[in-house]
Amino acid sequence: MSPPASNDLSAGGGGTLAVPPLTGGPRIGGGRTARRGLSGRFVVGPTLTGGFVVLFLSVVVLIPLAVLVYKSTGSGWAGFWHQVHSPFAWSALKLTVVMSLLVALINLVMGTAIAWLLVRDRMPGRQFLDTIIDLPFALPTIVAGVTLILLFGPTSPIGINLAYARSGVLLALLFVSLPFVVRTVQPVLLELDRDMEEAAASLGASQFTIFRRIILPTIAPAMAAGTTLAFARALSEFGSTVLISGNLPGKTQVAAVFIYGKIQEDSVTGAAAVSTVLLAVSLVVLVLLNVIQLWVARRD
Amino acid sequence: MKVSRGSLLPALALAAVVPLALSACGGSSSGGSKGGGKVKLSLVAYSTPQAAYEKIIAAFQQTAAGKNITFSQSYGASGDQSRAVADGLPADVVEFSLAPDMQRLVDADIVAADWDTNEHKGIVTNSVVVIATRKGNPKGIKDWPDLVKPGVEVITPNPFTSGGARWNLMAAYGGTLAEGASEADANAYLADLLKNVPVQDNSARDSLQTFIGGKGDALLSYENDAIFAQQNNQALDYTVPDNTILIENPVAVTKTSTHPKEAQAFVDFLYSDTAQKLFSDNGYRPVVASDATMDFPTPSGLFDITKFGGWTTVMTKFFDPDNGIVGKIEQGLGVPTSK
Amino acid sequence: MTRNRTSAPRWGLRVVVLAYLMFLLVLPVVVILYRTFQHGLSPVFDALTTSDAQHAYKITAIVAVSAVVLNTVFGVAAAILLVRHRFPGRRILDAVIDLPIAVSPVVVGLALTLVYGRNTAVGSWFGRHGINIIFSLPGMVIATSFVALPLVVRAVGPVLEEIGEEQEQAAATLGASAFQRFTRITLPSIRGALAYGVVLSLARSLGEFGAVAVVSGRLLGKTETVPLYVLDLYNNFNQTGAYAASTSLVLVAVAALVASRFLRPRGAMT
Repeated sequence: MSPPASNDLSAGGGGTLAVPPLTGGPRIGGGRTARRGLSGRFVVGPTLTGGFVVLFLSVVVLIPLAVLVYKSTGSGWAGFWHQVHSPFAWSALKLTVVMSLLVALINLVMGTAIAWLLVRDRMPGRQFLDTIIDLPFALPTIVAGVTLILLFGPTSPIGINLAYARSGVLLALLFVSLPFVVRTVQPVLLELDRDMEEAAASLGASQFTIFRRIILPTIAPAMAAGTTLAFARALSEFGSTVLISGNLPGKTQVAAVFIYGKIQEDSVTGAAAVSTVLLAVSLVVLVLLNVIQLWVARRD
Repeated sequence: MKVSRGSLLPALALAAVVPLALSACGGSSSGGSKGGGKVKLSLVAYSTPQAAYEKIIAAFQQTAAGKNITFSQSYGASGDQSRAVADGLPADVVEFSLAPDMQRLVDADIVAADWDTNEHKGIVTNSVVVIATRKGNPKGIKDWPDLVKPGVEVITPNPFTSGGARWNLMAAYGGTLAEGASEADANAYLADLLKNVPVQDNSARDSLQTFIGGKGDALLSYENDAIFAQQNNQALDYTVPDNTILIENPVAVTKTSTHPKEAQAFVDFLYSDTAQKLFSDNGYRPVVASDATMDFPTPSGLFDITKFGGWTTVMTKFFDPDNGIVGKIEQGLGVPTSK
Repeated sequence: MTRNRTSAPRWGLRVVVLAYLMFLLVLPVVVILYRTFQHGLSPVFDALTTSDAQHAYKITAIVAVSAVVLNTVFGVAAAILLVRHRFPGRRILDAVIDLPIAVSPVVVGLALTLVYGRNTAVGSWFGRHGINIIFSLPGMVIATSFVALPLVVRAVGPVLEEIGEEQEQAAATLGASAFQRFTRITLPSIRGALAYGVVLSLARSLGEFGAVAVVSGRLLGKTETVPLYVLDLYNNFNQTGAYAASTSLVLVAVAALVASRFLRPRGAMT
């Protein structure tokens, strides 16, 4: 029984740089039912520990975000809507969402392909590839920005100049979101039972049929989870797009960069309003991710 | 068997508090002198003079007054820097692109109201607004009217964060007036000009980067920044228009400085021949006559901000975000129609 | 496995995937390494030993280590809480811990400024007691903690669950104190995962850019971290310096990758 399929996901998630086992897998403690051990009772210790955890979380995360949302509606809903709907804000949000969807889609395909290659294709150099896949997680985003503009900027040694173009933004977002799908799909592929495929093949099923009927259904939740994560990452990206996008409002300026500009302009309500929208979209994504987990859990 | 986990807590709490306390000390000892009479001054300035200050600080540290003084420095869009200091960014010496950013700190009770009363009126360097173009000026952009031609992309920063942008727009406005336009024409000119701007970066330095990166046909720039780019082997030419504005960059010691004596010594040094020459090496027009290495031509129609009644008037008339001339143009600008 | 008939699609897949990774991942890194060491080692050395650069490294280290210590303490406490205890609101707490993943770093910076800035109630109270949070190290530490918050919890949690608490219960029966149980039993068994989480957090903390850019005030020589310094150098046409500093961060990232490979919890993948 253990580990259930959902644990495979969490193994991948927890096992790689910065894809937290948020993807699929039981919520911590969710996989096993609560044990009523000595610590299950409410004694002083857990209460204090809990107090510390909640306090820390509040000071660092919850209070700031709550104040942010509060400030965004400081001048009422009309003011909030006015800020969000101003041409540059709206186009930045639209660009961010559309780009992130595109990035998620490309990641869905390429990430799955990369995972497939890493697991199923015993080619030389596989270990090396497997290691460097995580590089975008470990690399500071601004460094990613500098490296990308070196290769794909005005002084490109390979003659490709994507600076100040939407394709440049796309590239930066693809870079930073690369590992998500790979790292969620890979462990599931590893666990996949080959016997079924062999059996299907011996019964004359085509490669395509095997993939569609046997492999795809198994890795689909992982693909969905990874894609959602990649989407969330692209939504919030800042550092890597700053240099290559040129931040042309209405053209290549993404939401995070727009917010940064608003902060510098001291337009707090503007910055807070767009931030709140971005936050809301991210929350929807997080909820979606939880739904996917439930889906995974229910399948077992 | 009721064993509490409580005893864990003190250890956890201690571990949590120690780094915070450490970093709090690091933060609050800002500019605190630590042994050996060493003093650390915080210099907060607008985006372009960084290269000049690197050399000037090194020269200052060679003098008796500057021997034991080190610096932390911050450079960014003038308006942004000024707001940051007003919001608590520690600063001993501030230099901005233009006077209104200093005025904000006077209003915030951080800079003394008499900051502009020394013999140079608190101004430490001058410059002029120039029109920078691609190498060889392929589009033949030489003067203000060339900038509003259809299909010409002009790069200038955001006037609500950047001091340079305000100088640029006032230069363009005054230049157009000097060439015979009425005030209404000049207002229309500003609107046309801003329509040709595909991106308004936060600071003059960001705009220069945008231009160097390949965006735009012309860049409105501080003369010193155009020179700085050329000194760094960047391919651009620039023209000094006949009618352009004299840029005056103010400097001051803050009232909140923990080392006012040392800070003042540094500001005094900025007016020395050594420092003024280093400024001019970096493209600034010195305010103290010195043997500048560079030849700075004086444009025939040079004017300064008093032409428009001074910054206080200009700030209301042009740069009030809601009712100023530029404020209204910016509001009315839809998504730029650049390719 | 004899799959010769699939060799054409397989080669197709190889070419597509390798080309994708080549352009997106390998070439950028190769180019920056090349540009950094193009003129030999000494310009790189010079660029990294200026006082501003050294200060940026120091600040980065202080901020990252502080944030990692905080997040480690928080992470272990939160993981123990979530795995070992049942209490109302547990699932909410669990979900909230993931929140930072989805929040843009710039939004983090803005949110912190709105609460801890000098002109806010909290910020001005601290200001009166001589502590600046925003434009100072504490704010940078909080911002960094925010973005790296889930990493330790999520690395430790599954392992904590895996080991169960039989041993701890046994020890408790034998009279071990909570502290003894934690240091003798719990800690040793989560050591690997903890180290892994710490490495992840450290990598994330060292490289944080957006959130720190907003809250630091970017005082060169005081609150400027290496990632901020990279942009600063780049904007001032100091390419050598920008590339050198970038490369140093690339090396740190690679070190983190290699370390994480060794520390990766068993059974995760080959």
